[in-house]
Amino acid sequence: MQDGYITEDGRKIGGVVMEMKNITLRFGGVVAIKDISFDIREGEIRAIIGPNGAGKSSMLNVISGFYVPQEGEVWFHGKPRPQMRPYEVAQQGIARTFQNIALFEGMSVLDNVMTGRLSYMKSGLFSQALWKGKAEAEEVANREVAEKIIDFLEIQHIRKTPVARLPYGLKKRVELARALAAEPKLLLLDEPMAGMNVEEKEDMSRFILDVNDEFGTTIALIEHDMGVVMDLSDRVVVMDYGKKIGDGTPDEVRNNQAVIDAYLGVSSD
Amino acid sequence: MFYREAGDFKTSYEQDSQTFPIKFDRFRYYAVLAIAFLVVPFVINDYWANAILLPFLIYAIAAIGLNILVGYAGQVSLGTGGFMAVGAYACYKFMTMMPEVSMFVHVLLAGGMTAIVCVVFGLPSLRIKGFYLAVATLAAQFFLVWLFNRVPWFYNYSASGQISAPERDVFGIMITGPNAPAWATYMFSLIFLTLCALVARNLTRGTIGRSWMAIRDMDIAAEIIGVNPLKAKLTAFAVSGFFIGISGALFFSVYLGAVEVGEAFGITKSFLVLFMVIIGGLGSIFGSFAGAAFLVLLPVVLKVVGVDVLGWPTDIVAHFQLVIVGALIIVFLIVEPHGLAQLWRVAKEKLRLWPFPH
Amino acid sequence: MPDQFLFATEVFINGLMAGVLYALVALGFVLIYKASGIFNYAQGVMALFAAMTLVGIMNGQVPFSHIINAVFGTEIHHFGWHVPAFLAIILTVGVMVGFAWLVQRLVMRHLVGQEPIILFMATIGLAYFLEGVSDLMWGSEIKKLDVGLPQGGSFWIEDMTAGLGSENFYGFFIDNLDMVATIVAALLVVGLVLFSQYTKQGRAMRAVADDHQAALSVGISLNFIWVLVWSVAGFVALVAGIMWGTKSGVQFSLSLIALKALPVLMLGGFTSIPGAIVGGLIIGVGEKMFEFWIGPLVGGATENWFAYVLALLFLVFRPQGLFGEKIIERV
Repeated sequence: MQDGYITEDGRKIGGVVMEMKNITLRFGGVVAIKDISFDIREGEIRAIIGPNGAGKSSMLNVISGFYVPQEGEVWFHGKPRPQMRPYEVAQQGIARTFQNIALFEGMSVLDNVMTGRLSYMKSGLFSQALWKGKAEAEEVANREVAEKIIDFLEIQHIRKTPVARLPYGLKKRVELARALAAEPKLLLLDEPMAGMNVEEKEDMSRFILDVNDEFGTTIALIEHDMGVVMDLSDRVVVMDYGKKIGDGTPDEVRNNQAVIDAYLGVSSD
Repeated sequence: MFYREAGDFKTSYEQDSQTFPIKFDRFRYYAVLAIAFLVVPFVINDYWANAILLPFLIYAIAAIGLNILVGYAGQVSLGTGGFMAVGAYACYKFMTMMPEVSMFVHVLLAGGMTAIVCVVFGLPSLRIKGFYLAVATLAAQFFLVWLFNRVPWFYNYSASGQISAPERDVFGIMITGPNAPAWATYMFSLIFLTLCALVARNLTRGTIGRSWMAIRDMDIAAEIIGVNPLKAKLTAFAVSGFFIGISGALFFSVYLGAVEVGEAFGITKSFLVLFMVIIGGLGSIFGSFAGAAFLVLLPVVLKVVGVDVLGWPTDIVAHFQLVIVGALIIVFLIVEPHGLAQLWRVAKEKLRLWPFPH
Repeated sequence: MPDQFLFATEVFINGLMAGVLYALVALGFVLIYKASGIFNYAQGVMALFAAMTLVGIMNGQVPFSHIINAVFGTEIHHFGWHVPAFLAIILTVGVMVGFAWLVQRLVMRHLVGQEPIILFMATIGLAYFLEGVSDLMWGSEIKKLDVGLPQGGSFWIEDMTAGLGSENFYGFFIDNLDMVATIVAALLVVGLVLFSQYTKQGRAMRAVADDHQAALSVGISLNFIWVLVWSVAGFVALVAGIMWGTKSGVQFSLSLIALKALPVLMLGGFTSIPGAIVGGLIIGVGEKMFEFWIGPLVGGATENWFAYVLALLFLVFRPQGLFGEKIIERV
């Protein structure tokens, strides 16, 4: 299983990057995720789908370390990940976007993107206070990376605009830019196309494919638009009421009886 | 037409992220510095120094400090008075323990001491947020004032319970005590203000500033994208405490000369500095200057108008001052939460296009 | 019984009574917070303003007489009549309702949807404003307030309990006014709970507290509810102002009771009426006991900060307060 596979369109998928093993997450008496296991392979686009309240976002929150599951382990790069704070997870190369845009509204687009580079900026308080030596060099070096991402996502013209003034679609793009600026090994996208019109969805799909293609970034995404999911993703996990009811290529999932039942509303017992 | 930014192109990222990216602003900034350092010291007299310039310089330092905490890092503090008291008392203890050391060092050490205390009282910010934290910082305010009032070691067992600044100098020039010349105290405070403002500007435009603002705007998301909240919050408390401590040290040693803690550093001081930050503009270094200038000048102007011109009793003028300050706070929060700094930006945009309306 | 124990009991009882007054002020905060999400720092100044207005009306003082005299050079101070306490209280309630309406109209309506911390800072501004206004209106000198409440130590309780200890113990000293305050506070709490549970307006108030938008969509007038809430808070402020004003005179320090109520709220949670009461009692008793035992060792006057430090330490370990539910954070 460690060797990966070749996709239909000829992309080479590598070994397992991240593996969720028997994750169970409870809030008080409510079970949000029940005994779920799946893996994410290097270079693939992995989708998590399911009806509302299925526990998809909670799953992403577990991956990014924001929720700590009561049972189960998260394996990253072949090792169980010790319990760590969300910012430490981010420093390990996991970046994400949020379902309800979580940009820093008081800052410009550029500054937002630069926050994605924080893990790379290590100069001390003293150096920064004087804006000399390491701090200045580091600022310029990271600015170059941020500008590349800004170019890539075609948001140069709003570089200095405060985020609060941007329309919804652009905010979503800026959020993606911030995540990409971290040059993540694993990129988590929580409903990247929610609330977009067809044209914006096409743009976003193209960006996601380009990111995967050009940077070789592994992507895990949650999405409601089935057409998009089936087109974009290499493998799909289906969740319902906190349980995993399907896992496989888009075609396999499409023909899975449990998945059909869940989406058509047939009672699952 | 008076104010232009067109044609001012940047060819490197260094240039683009400098403090005053626009040439016009840069010239104005040098002009202000030149006047402050080269002209004012020669024309200053005691009245101007004590009524306006010294309080302005010193409050501006405190306002910058508080603005870093409230405006940039989003951690509201009502303990400014208490932290200024730490600066003042630390400075006093250093001055009396090490009389031979330069006053410059004493003030810096006082700032450092305040930074430490501020971090200790900032620790709860890791668990509690918003106005719970604001109220929690009141604990610092009341506890610190009580401490300096009740523990005689802090005021060297003086009979009055006050502390008064002994005469200290920098390179042979008297800075503290009743015989210090106005220009010397002014220059001393000005140097500190300039340094503080530069450091604040450098910090807020770089890495640490971004992590502060990220925490302010959306703390949970900030942590998930890689901001260490512990580091961001505590550095904000430390830097803020450092500035506020310097301000408290200067307030005591250079400006007042003698201090009774409850009177000089009570909760009204906390509110005063907070008001400077709100009126000046949250999250703006320039706003800190503007707010400090405004609230230092307001009582002076009111006194001139009310008492000297209209001949009203001083207590009525003082009550009017409360009404005006209170109303201004509300008006600014409703109309312009970014304060005078934002009004200034809007004015600049208007000037840029003048005389054309659009 | 040993005297030490009896003294401690006396301190405990007095702490409880002080705690009731703290709870009374805290209650005003909770009401406004629950209905509008506003943490009203001006509550203490409102108590001061209410008490000053009450005294002013009772003595027939001319409002703003100081300014009028300063501007026109006149010498007017009093209308020359005295208003009975009962009528004056009713008039003062009227003034507080008017104030509530003005606050809603001029301030809060323009701040709907702002972050809580901005609203909080606005109420600090409001506190300054109102303090200035009440000084301009009624003058800033200390005034005596007497609406006929009993004052001084209760001899009855002293006599009843004097026999408990040795000859050095003279019986419990308990202020009559504190007892009245306790009863009034209890009645007020019961009244408020009944009001919010069983009347139409009360239910509307709770609906608004829960969700502004949803309340609007079922036809509740936000404006009306907020005026109502600020009026009720004004009434609570008046009651607190009468109690504290009778006890120690109507003066600026009265407004500082707001500062006493804040730690109570942190302890009890901002949204819980029982929390305000229990928190008030804990802090009242705690600070008196701490001052009694630890105070003399560290120089006294620990009441200034004890409540805050207690609340702070408590919050660090239980951020949601005594009765709050654990908050699940989401992104």
